[in-house]
Amino acid sequence: MSLLEVRGVTRRFGSLVAVDDVSFSVGAGEFFTLLGPSGCGKTVLLRMIAGFDLPDGGAVLLDGRDLAGTPPERRPIHTVFQSYALFPHMTVAANIAFPLQMAGRPREEVERRVAEALDQVHLSDKARRYPNELSGGQRQRVALARGLVNRPRLLLLDEPLGALDAKLRVQMQYELMSLQRDVGITFVFVTHAQDEALSLSHRIAVMNAGRVEQIDEPARLYGYPHNRFVAGFIGSINLFDCEVLEAGDATMRLRVDRLGEVQAPARAGLRAGQRGAFAIRPEQVHLAAPGEPRRRANRVEGRAREFLYVGEVTTYVLELECGATFSALLPNAAPGSARAVGAGEPAAIEWDADCGLFLEQ
Amino acid sequence: MTRSAEAALRERQRSAQFEGRFGRWASAGAPMLFLLVFFVAPALIMIVASVRHPGEFGGLAPLVGAHGEAETGLTLENYQVFFGDSIYAQVFAKSFGVAATTTLACLLMAYPLALLIARSPQHYRNLLVLLVVLPFASNFLVRVYAWMIILGPWNLLFTRFAVIVGMVYAHLPFMILPLYTNLEKHDPVLLDAAQDLGANAWQRFWRVTFPLSLPGIFSGSALVFIPVLGMFAIPEILGGKDDWLVGNMIKESFLGTRDWPFGSMLSVMLTLAVLAAAGLAAWAGRRGLQRA
Repeated sequence: MSLLEVRGVTRRFGSLVAVDDVSFSVGAGEFFTLLGPSGCGKTVLLRMIAGFDLPDGGAVLLDGRDLAGTPPERRPIHTVFQSYALFPHMTVAANIAFPLQMAGRPREEVERRVAEALDQVHLSDKARRYPNELSGGQRQRVALARGLVNRPRLLLLDEPLGALDAKLRVQMQYELMSLQRDVGITFVFVTHAQDEALSLSHRIAVMNAGRVEQIDEPARLYGYPHNRFVAGFIGSINLFDCEVLEAGDATMRLRVDRLGEVQAPARAGLRAGQRGAFAIRPEQVHLAAPGEPRRRANRVEGRAREFLYVGEVTTYVLELECGATFSALLPNAAPGSARAVGAGEPAAIEWDADCGLFLEQ
Repeated sequence: MTRSAEAALRERQRSAQFEGRFGRWASAGAPMLFLLVFFVAPALIMIVASVRHPGEFGGLAPLVGAHGEAETGLTLENYQVFFGDSIYAQVFAKSFGVAATTTLACLLMAYPLALLIARSPQHYRNLLVLLVVLPFASNFLVRVYAWMIILGPWNLLFTRFAVIVGMVYAHLPFMILPLYTNLEKHDPVLLDAAQDLGANAWQRFWRVTFPLSLPGIFSGSALVFIPVLGMFAIPEILGGKDDWLVGNMIKESFLGTRDWPFGSMLSVMLTLAVLAAAGLAAWAGRRGLQRA
């Protein structure tokens, strides 16, 4: 049985449907992420799981039991808030002791477990400091220790890395992963940052406008998005309207608007004439010299317009002859070179028939 | 870096340092000057007045040169009178008792109200605060006399109770406002966090709201306790002739018996007692915080 089950949950604020018939379940020990743009309803959903808000329809179940009548303080669910919400008048140790004291644990046990929790987040030397004497990363770790110390069944994390700078965020991602592995507590993580979601989660639910668009493992979500929203929200992708010309066994032929005829991996259940979108990731394509003969199944030609150099890779934005743009991501293996073609120079892009996706909607 | 550029940089640093020091001095200097003129100087005048002789018709006797029957020079006589008779200590104790009771009553009444205002919707708060200070718009004496009309029929007039009712009534806004200012700043997410971590409503108040509001409690208490100590109008109107507080004695010294040095001595003793009480409170507060 799953640990947490969200069953058909709906929440309305006036005429706005913030959460619209959302269902998913989270297994014990899982790192589950709710990913979506701001305003997609993920934080409202989190508040309903924590108990600060109640659904208008549907139910939140923990171990198969409906939580509707259980106030937040009696749910075995703790939250790491976006602002950390550390008690400013308490030391680090007192902050971490708080949930244990509220649970009425004996003094010796509180002291022992606070010491263990401090050790776990490498803050033993900061026990007697106050939150305002700590750095952002340290506060983050205190909030985590406080959320985990009383061993909740479920830990909710509301964009906990949002306030950290980029370097620290990556470091905290590693710490979060190993911490979750060590304590074995189920995490439900809310974020709008797709890179965080992809690197931390076992499974991700992508939310948009109050609905769940897709729930999948990170690599499947990235590789096989179900629709245009998921495809565009996770990573970057080239999207073109298209029509199925011929649905084959291994490859199918598509007529892609503005690109022409394209070969793509076949998918069951498609028939000729069906309309949809053709999607291909920028890193799935190769750059070819304009004069060279075609070496792969698909090829488009255009001129290089924009370049985004980030060190290990460069993103090239090509303007195709028809006026559409197409991005290609290419590694910079040769040291000291930022781009393989100059601005405005003609360039061709090729990709194999086993790359690219047909999206029905 | 060339030598001249280095020199220019050093010069700039020096001038920045100077400006920094000057800025600090200037910003601290203005309040310092204010305190010097309006607090330290009057306090010194009061202390000196308390060791001089009274003038013939009020005021102070001249320091040198006998003039009529007035004595000259400095004297500790007033202090000898104060410590020689336990009546003064009793009045002081009574005044401190009234002030403490008033402060406590104000705190108990103001806290729920301040909390209510701080937790009400944003657009109501200013209106509610306005209502708290609205009584100040009418004359203070009129408001105290109104209590005579209210308390009279109940046979409560001219009692200690009437004095405390009047004191609480007059000073309640001074407790509400600092408390509200403090409580309004509390981040509501802290209460969510406490609840999320297992605290019930009672625990949320005592473990989060109350300790965070201690600065507001301290400033509100000071704003009530100290003025109540010196208040003479309310005891005079509501308390009857026998129930004198320090404020009445000081007022009587200046305006009744016209013994300015004696009134000054009482003021000095009152100031010392307040400072001692404040010091004690601060010490106790610090110990309390360390224990928490």
